[in-house]
Amino acid sequence: MSPKRHVREIIDREDRPLLQVENLKTHFDTDHGLVRAVDGVSFNLARGRTLAVVGESGSGKTVLSRSVMGLLPHQRVIREGRVHFGDVDLTGTTERELRDLWGAHIAMIFQDPVTSLNPVVKIGRQITESLRHHLAMGRKDAKETAIALLRSVGMPEPEQRLNWFPHQFSGGMCQRIVIATAIACGPKLLLADEPTTGLDVTVSAQILDLLNRLQQERYMSMILISHDLGVVTGRSDDVIVMYAGKIVEKAPTTTLFRETRMPYTEALLRSAPRLANASHTRLHSIPGSPPDPSGYPTGCRFAQRCPYGQPRCRVEEPPLRQADSPGHVFACWYPVGTPEGLQALETNLAHNESAAVALVPGEAI
Amino acid sequence: MADEREATVSSHDLTAPGPMELGVPGFSPTATMVDAELAGLEAREGLVPAVSKRRFKSLGWGFWVAVAIVGAWILVAIFANLLPIPDPNSVDVNCLVSTSPSSSHLLGCDTTGRDILARVLFGSRVSLVIGFASIAISEVVGGVLGLLAGYFRGSLDEVLAIISNSFLSFPFLVLALVMVAYVGRSLFDITLIIAILAWPILFRVVRAATIEHAQRDYVLATRALGAKSWRVLTSLLLPDVVPTAVTFGLVGVAVAVVGEGALSFLGLSVPAPTATWGNMIAQGSTSMTTDLSLLLSPAVAMFSFILAINFIGDRLRGVLNVRHGAL
Repeated sequence: MSPKRHVREIIDREDRPLLQVENLKTHFDTDHGLVRAVDGVSFNLARGRTLAVVGESGSGKTVLSRSVMGLLPHQRVIREGRVHFGDVDLTGTTERELRDLWGAHIAMIFQDPVTSLNPVVKIGRQITESLRHHLAMGRKDAKETAIALLRSVGMPEPEQRLNWFPHQFSGGMCQRIVIATAIACGPKLLLADEPTTGLDVTVSAQILDLLNRLQQERYMSMILISHDLGVVTGRSDDVIVMYAGKIVEKAPTTTLFRETRMPYTEALLRSAPRLANASHTRLHSIPGSPPDPSGYPTGCRFAQRCPYGQPRCRVEEPPLRQADSPGHVFACWYPVGTPEGLQALETNLAHNESAAVALVPGEAI
Repeated sequence: MADEREATVSSHDLTAPGPMELGVPGFSPTATMVDAELAGLEAREGLVPAVSKRRFKSLGWGFWVAVAIVGAWILVAIFANLLPIPDPNSVDVNCLVSTSPSSSHLLGCDTTGRDILARVLFGSRVSLVIGFASIAISEVVGGVLGLLAGYFRGSLDEVLAIISNSFLSFPFLVLALVMVAYVGRSLFDITLIIAILAWPILFRVVRAATIEHAQRDYVLATRALGAKSWRVLTSLLLPDVVPTAVTFGLVGVAVAVVGEGALSFLGLSVPAPTATWGNMIAQGSTSMTTDLSLLLSPAVAMFSFILAINFIGDRLRGVLNVRHGAL
């Protein structure tokens, strides 16, 4: 390794998580007011674990991932809170220093694989570029590594494919190339921002399995962002459910599905189609739309759309509190599956609240 | 029938050899899941040369005629002194008797007895040098500033936008006249003046293209891999904006040649006795009623060059898919 291009070592101690995010806020100062895209998010992520971040469009998932990485616009952005990656404080680091971490220690995969690749550069060069930059590899070594990487992401005949341009590949293949590029330098943390949105269902499953396999083989930590709870089932250790820039429920994956507490999580689960349902069963949808991020209502931000919503919800914001199971927290005054929650729902049904009526099954066509 | 054909196509795709059958070395079983995708991949492979061949053809024969015309003018400008033509500034006394075409003066002579053909051919030197050199300078200046402004935005962009807009808000000729008065009239001075007047246009074109490309995911993806701004600019955005800059530049060359012609017509370009198309037209216009050839020869020369280069720029813009509204 040449002394000029020195990749900073990350001291990753066993006794603390690889990634610690404390009260991270990311606000955009726009002409329409202050947009609070991420509004106080805290979580830890240990080495080799996968954390799923789930939520509707506009809930702040993407901004959260970019904010963790520090990959934000230069102007009119307010970023508060702390992000510790190993022994490095990412919030107090300049972009010049961050660039040494990006690609080498933290990598990101974007939504649309086809647009994530430079259309006018052969894929071989796109993969070897970061190897040569961060690891100061020679041309030959980088090429061999690129071939090995392509093979590991399931690309047939990688030697020839190196000389192809992105438009010669299908979407699924492009995403494999993007993944190969992202993991090239052996990052400790991989952020996958809806990696399968642009792909069809079967290819999407293959890509997710590939990510899972690579994550285990390489002992990476992964943040998997998705709007689909089905995608994260069985592929993540923990799940964060985000709504309007805040965490509303956080639990180990199995616990979240078994002991759902937050009405929003329940609504998301109900909005997913199930094989067990009869055909032509009408899918549940959550009434209304997420609140305007430039002016959140007081109280619980989900209250207007919540079937359990009570007057208290519209006044007092529920804090994150501990559930019965370890590692399970949620923010709700009238949680699902508790006597208080049930009572709230019955009250709403009696008053013919629309959000609550929509929850009642048997309205199928 | 259509159904049958479709069926055979799809069955062919399904039976396309997978990587396992092809015996790709080092292939793990997990790779079998990409079989179906691979079938699609092979099908795309066949398309590639066909597409570029079609692109090549779609330029049309007119494009190549235009290229030939521009190429011929460039050769003439370079090798004018090697051509079997008289010196453009030498006066032939025979011409004072009759200015009409003869075997020694194919296009005749002007009123001072100089060979028109020689003057038209030598005149291309001034027009072409000024046309190409001034646009080359503005491509470099406007291109670099446009890339920087479009990528970094912020106050740099605002300051440059104000400067370029104030240049663009003056009528071309008025500003050119003022600058000629202060700077001078040599070949170098005129090149510089036209470059100063042309860079804001190329700046705006390149800036717009940069802004458009900088929003693409691959720019963010490359940044996320730790690439420096310099690298993003040179290896990603520069190749992206080159087609736009080149096509607008070609049109710019035509405009610059016309601009030089206008200055020259007013007697404000390279001073006499150097032949330029513009000053020949000016001279010819005085004897327009008696002898059209003195006016027509330089006019046709200028017209053919400008039409050809405009045509090339236009065809390239169509083929390279450059947006028309980039300005």
